[in-house]
Amino acid sequence: MSSTAKKKGFGATIWDYLTTVDHKKIAVLYLIAGTLFFVIGGIEAMLIRIQLAEPNNDFVSAGLFNEIITMHGTTMIFLAAMPLLFAFMNAAVPLQIGARDVAFPFLNSLGFWLFLFGGLFLNLSWFLGGAPDAGWTSYASLSLASPTHGIDFYALGLQISGAGTLIAGINFLVTIINMRAPGMTYMRMPLFTWTTFVASALILFAFPPLTVGLFFMIFDRMFDANFFDHLNGGNTIIWEHLFWIFGHPEVYILVLPAFGLFSEIFATFSRKRLFGYSSMVFATILIGFLGFMVWAHHMFTVGLGPTANAIFAVATMAIAVPTGMKVFNWLLTIWGGNIKVTTPMLYGLGFIPSFVAGGVTGVMQASAPLDYQLHDSYFIVAHFHYVIVGGIVLALFAAAHYYWPLMFNQMLNETLGKITFVFFFVGFHCTFFIQHFLGLMGMPRRVFTYQGDQGWDLFNYISTIGAFLMAIGVILLVVNVIITAIKGEPAGRDPWKDGRTLEWAIPQPVPYYNFKQTPLVRGLDTFWIEKMEGNKEGMTYAEPISDIHMPNNSFIPFMISFGLFVAAFGALYHQDADKAWSLPVLIAGLAITFLSMIVRSLKDDLGYHIHKEELMNEKGGKK
Amino acid sequence: MKGLKKWRLFGLLAALTIFLSGCGEEYLSTLTPGGTVAKEQYKLLLLTSVIMLLVIIVVVIIYVLVIVKFRRKKVGENTIPKQVEGSHILEIIWTAIPIVLLLIIAVPTVSLTYELADTKAMEAKDENGNATAVTVNVTAKLYWWEFEYPEQGIITAQELVVPTGEKVYFNLKAADVKHSFWIPAIGGKLDTNVDNINTFYLTFDKESDSLKDGVFYGKCAELCGPSHALMDFKVKTLSKDNFDTWVKNMQATKGKKADKNSTDLGEQVFANSCISCHAVSGEGTAAIYPNLATFGDRNRVAGFIEHSEEGIKDWIKNSQKLKPGNLMPVEKDLNKGKEFTDEELDALAAYLMGLSVEK
Repeated sequence: MSSTAKKKGFGATIWDYLTTVDHKKIAVLYLIAGTLFFVIGGIEAMLIRIQLAEPNNDFVSAGLFNEIITMHGTTMIFLAAMPLLFAFMNAAVPLQIGARDVAFPFLNSLGFWLFLFGGLFLNLSWFLGGAPDAGWTSYASLSLASPTHGIDFYALGLQISGAGTLIAGINFLVTIINMRAPGMTYMRMPLFTWTTFVASALILFAFPPLTVGLFFMIFDRMFDANFFDHLNGGNTIIWEHLFWIFGHPEVYILVLPAFGLFSEIFATFSRKRLFGYSSMVFATILIGFLGFMVWAHHMFTVGLGPTANAIFAVATMAIAVPTGMKVFNWLLTIWGGNIKVTTPMLYGLGFIPSFVAGGVTGVMQASAPLDYQLHDSYFIVAHFHYVIVGGIVLALFAAAHYYWPLMFNQMLNETLGKITFVFFFVGFHCTFFIQHFLGLMGMPRRVFTYQGDQGWDLFNYISTIGAFLMAIGVILLVVNVIITAIKGEPAGRDPWKDGRTLEWAIPQPVPYYNFKQTPLVRGLDTFWIEKMEGNKEGMTYAEPISDIHMPNNSFIPFMISFGLFVAAFGALYHQDADKAWSLPVLIAGLAITFLSMIVRSLKDDLGYHIHKEELMNEKGGKK
Repeated sequence: MKGLKKWRLFGLLAALTIFLSGCGEEYLSTLTPGGTVAKEQYKLLLLTSVIMLLVIIVVVIIYVLVIVKFRRKKVGENTIPKQVEGSHILEIIWTAIPIVLLLIIAVPTVSLTYELADTKAMEAKDENGNATAVTVNVTAKLYWWEFEYPEQGIITAQELVVPTGEKVYFNLKAADVKHSFWIPAIGGKLDTNVDNINTFYLTFDKESDSLKDGVFYGKCAELCGPSHALMDFKVKTLSKDNFDTWVKNMQATKGKKADKNSTDLGEQVFANSCISCHAVSGEGTAAIYPNLATFGDRNRVAGFIEHSEEGIKDWIKNSQKLKPGNLMPVEKDLNKGKEFTDEELDALAAYLMGLSVEK
């Protein structure tokens, strides 16, 4: 493989992406796959809102509605929000810390393909007898009673994609611990790197309980085990605990990187150092830690008793303190700054009030006796959409605009970006603000319809209008991407002009080996420091130019994941008496996976070197 | 100054109360509490809302100031702001004040949590060994509710009848999958688990005959299958005297049966097609299918359909379409493989409407 630029055919490009271990290309893969699932989840959301636009609507049937809400939640959390965050983590974090790549490029690729095949498997349930229908929480009594294969698709699909997520999390932990450039101490890491680090630690501890729960579920449904079957000594509440011991930290796995992205955006477009950097770091860690202490607040109405409820209520309220610290630090970062309202900054400014609104309703629900009223009503639906859409989705859209020039060397259209924001933001509040009141007025969540004249008709209609505005926003974003791609104007290095961190110091397009020489980090916001001191290059180097050791591309991660995908079909249909082919398929799938792993273990793949002479002649730029 | 602040807080609270009580229907909304439990929870809602509004106001003030004052147009294209590291004093302030605010919420939260879970009194007995409090055993089933009064030896379904002005205790359980028992206007919900019995109490302050439909609305609040949305029940609250009369009338239906040889065609049809699942005597203990002793007194058919002979006929003909996944057999299975004649259906509906302990 050579570093010299050459034009590749379409097939070769596809093959390159199927086999790539480059974090920048894997970021693009995550972005494409995540967007695909985001659109699917969005269509499901629209179906929900159309069905609920008026009382006694029969746009979708009762059973189908339950499948739609289940898949909407599962898709958005596991297959859209997580991978889209991974896209930006992959694109930015290695560059932010001045690394050559992530610590385990092969695993990075494996993590992606596992996620993708798991997600595809789950979504194929639509065409193979019905999607899961027990809610994204899949509470045990209902999920065990579910007659179709939907729940099996859910359990097996999430098991596969969850393995991918766990791998990705471990990879980022190791990368951030080991691969930082000289001088980049922990307390000089950009906030996005910090939040990625803490979120990865949460993944490491939160996903195993989910894995265990899903295995119990699989055993119960496929091999007649009795972990959750109360008639045979099992207990359904165990599933609720396992799910929420994972599920609550999952919220912070998603929202912490969103906080990180906005921290970068606020500092950049205020031309100001992040206010209270060390307390921001402290708050991030504290939120991560407390995030494991509060899962039972999802279960206040389960009947755990007053002592458990009181303890978890107070612990939950405690999380408001570090979160509040963050909000005020953001405000003070902007205070006294020099604000340029670009599209990412606009999203940031929209994020603050939205997220505060979502946060305060969280505190209200932390109050256990009040939660008896709010739980499983539309109030909670409004609350978590304020946090997830108002926090995470706004962050993802902001990051898409902010990091687009880093990933693709092109700027998304700013005017169109702002129009997108207006539609999405207005639509978002229109959809969800009013749902708080629907909940208070007694409307339970997850209802496929409602009787008229209960005082809910108008608000539901308004909510549906909001959903359409949001959809217009998303469509405009896609249009923006297409227009930008057709135009193809290069953005160049430091396109926002106010970049502060290392990822903006690298020449555009980013060379496939990242930094030619590893940079030396002299403080927080390295690039800013260099710029302020008049360093044209924007970097001080820690080493002379020397040979770079690079990993080879590999098709093995794809094959390992594909094997599990095949095996999952065998496992799923094995319970059906009339499908004798299922066992051979199960074995064949596992054989593909294990053979691929054996090949990986036995074949020496030492990578290759880019020689010093080649690097000397190169000015930068991807192939 | 302090007095002024108190007034402001009071004003905010009053404004909020007026605003919120404009929302929702009296028989259904948590914002128009009709019982002590809901009232306590509503007070907590007001308290937290006011505190949270204060937080929002502070954030919004800083936020607006920031946007107004520090935009590039105002500050100048090339100005480089001072790179401030942070401020210890500010950090302490915005850590300490939220902690105080949270403590203000935490104290009533914890005390109310214990208060609402206190069901010791349901065991209390008077000198004759009778329970002093009314206890109802609630069993949630796909997709209907059974209410058993163990002390009184009576049972009913779909429509809970309770006395006003005293604590009524509930034992909650699910028979098939998990459900959740919620009467929004009366108090927060509690899950009906399949694994164990949950207990709590509610207080009903108002007699329900003044309400629009003469009943409070109850809901299933936990996803339980296709017809989760239709798993409604109704609550009739009676004064203590009227409740006692109702109990006596219920007990008096002991031994009531539908007779195959009755002169009433409706009763004949019921005896041939319905009696194997549905009892018409309100006396007894938990059954597998809904008790119909009070059917004529109810407010809805199957929890949500208009309570009329037309509604009953519609339900018998189309129960699977109306409430997908329910366990009511289809018409032909009820009537030995044939559909009911119109005459039979009319008579059956009339018979069912006549099942009453109140008329």
